[in-house]
Amino acid sequence: MLKEGRPGWWGLTKRSRALPAWFELPPGAVARPSRPLDDKSSWRTQRPVIDGDRCLRCRLCYLFCPDGAIVEVDGRAVTSIGKTYDVSYSVDYSLCKGCGICAEECPARAITMVPEV
Amino acid sequence: MSRTLMEEPFGASTEVLSANKAVAYAVRDVDVDVVAAYPITPQTAVVEEIARMVADGELEAEYVHVESEHSAISVLAGASAVGARVFTATSSQGLALMHEVLHIVSGLRLPVVMAVATRALSAPISIWNDHSDIMNARDAGWVIYFVSNAQEAYDTVVQAYRLAEDPDVLLPVMVAYDGFLVSHASEPVRVEGRRAISFAPKRWRGLLLGGEPLSVGTLATPDFYYEFKYQQVVAMRNALRVSERVDADFGREFGRSYGLFEAYMLDDAEVALLVTSSLWSPLKRAVERARREGIRAGGVRLRLYRPLPRDGLVKAVSGLRILGVVDRAIGYGLPVAGPLATEITVNVALQAEVMVKSIVAGIGQRSLTHGDLLAMLRYLDKVKGRREEVRDTLFYGVRGGEAP
Repeated sequence: MLKEGRPGWWGLTKRSRALPAWFELPPGAVARPSRPLDDKSSWRTQRPVIDGDRCLRCRLCYLFCPDGAIVEVDGRAVTSIGKTYDVSYSVDYSLCKGCGICAEECPARAITMVPEV
Repeated sequence: MSRTLMEEPFGASTEVLSANKAVAYAVRDVDVDVVAAYPITPQTAVVEEIARMVADGELEAEYVHVESEHSAISVLAGASAVGARVFTATSSQGLALMHEVLHIVSGLRLPVVMAVATRALSAPISIWNDHSDIMNARDAGWVIYFVSNAQEAYDTVVQAYRLAEDPDVLLPVMVAYDGFLVSHASEPVRVEGRRAISFAPKRWRGLLLGGEPLSVGTLATPDFYYEFKYQQVVAMRNALRVSERVDADFGREFGRSYGLFEAYMLDDAEVALLVTSSLWSPLKRAVERARREGIRAGGVRLRLYRPLPRDGLVKAVSGLRILGVVDRAIGYGLPVAGPLATEITVNVALQAEVMVKSIVAGIGQRSLTHGDLLAMLRYLDKVKGRREEVRDTLFYGVRGGEAP
């Protein structure tokens, strides 16, 4: 659409010329979401990782999480030193915004915030 | 809404109305869906009358009582985004308080219509008329009409919805008229009833359409922002063309049309004044009196201020030797201190090769009669060949200032 030598070509970098011209963009700058509405994963700069060995199953992470991103899973779990539990905790990363509240509240320091790269 | 119109059709009638009330009748007749407003003098009668219409069941609209003008225009932005036909009115500090949202509404391309009964800005506090409020809002991306009487106020609000909702335009519109001098002056007004909505049917469907999630008011990085602003430049160009057509169609439908500007005895004139709103009638009297004195005088009234009907004005004033532009606002720190005079000089007079004399008058509604306009015409006739006379603004009618 952009024509070389025309005013609509002047002052633009090569990268910029590949982007839509004014008449190809929706009036009012409305935008369609780039991922499903229930996917919050793009907000995260770091993600919580739960160490099942250190976890005391106290459920505080589940209670504190503002987005309901901690998932309580029924099922028998055995730690490396042989302790057994009926329940485990994991993270639903499509809901987790990476706020780190769970890691802050965990009394066993079983949750580590790992940078997203 | 349309159901109400079927149940309670308003026929055409002639009423005695002030411009403020005439605007309210136009809002009723184009079946506005959402009104959000905060009272401020001299506009209050507009929203008071609409409140009465809603309370009496003459208009089925959501009437939102807000705590400020900032909220009023914000409510309208939201309502317009989902497709409602919306309206508000304001003046002075109210318009100033709306300021940031004025840009958001035009940037989002929402066809909001607002009446502005123009009034001076504080400080010192003045409830009286001048144009310091509207001139502060002139680059907010809104179409701006200046109207001269109650009938034109009614007609222009109806035209404004048809213009704003045109798919080639999608811009918000201000219909401005001088506070008190026009807003409170009553005259017989022809109101068109439901014929008004036949003329301006609801075409706007909103940005947010059922089911599909969209982000409105997104971030635009340096890679994109400029293109959206350029879209507004193009929309304003389109608005000029569409506004002319809407006015002509209105004339065919109702027998009244105004053009984008009006000229009076301009064809053979050497000197002329360009004015807005309430000054039009006294200017015509002043031109007639100047003619009797042998001055080849003429008058121009600018009706559509944004977008400026440049080409028509160039043609209309090209035979003049000097054009006085009467501003009721001050661009502080500029030797040519009238905002309108500056714009007319650059956009019109340079092409028409006509000298422009900037005249500031009527500040804070300082009395400005046809006698004053006659004095200006005499002054222009005296200085018409003298380039050095047009360098600075004439501050007309200030005690201790320059006098013609």
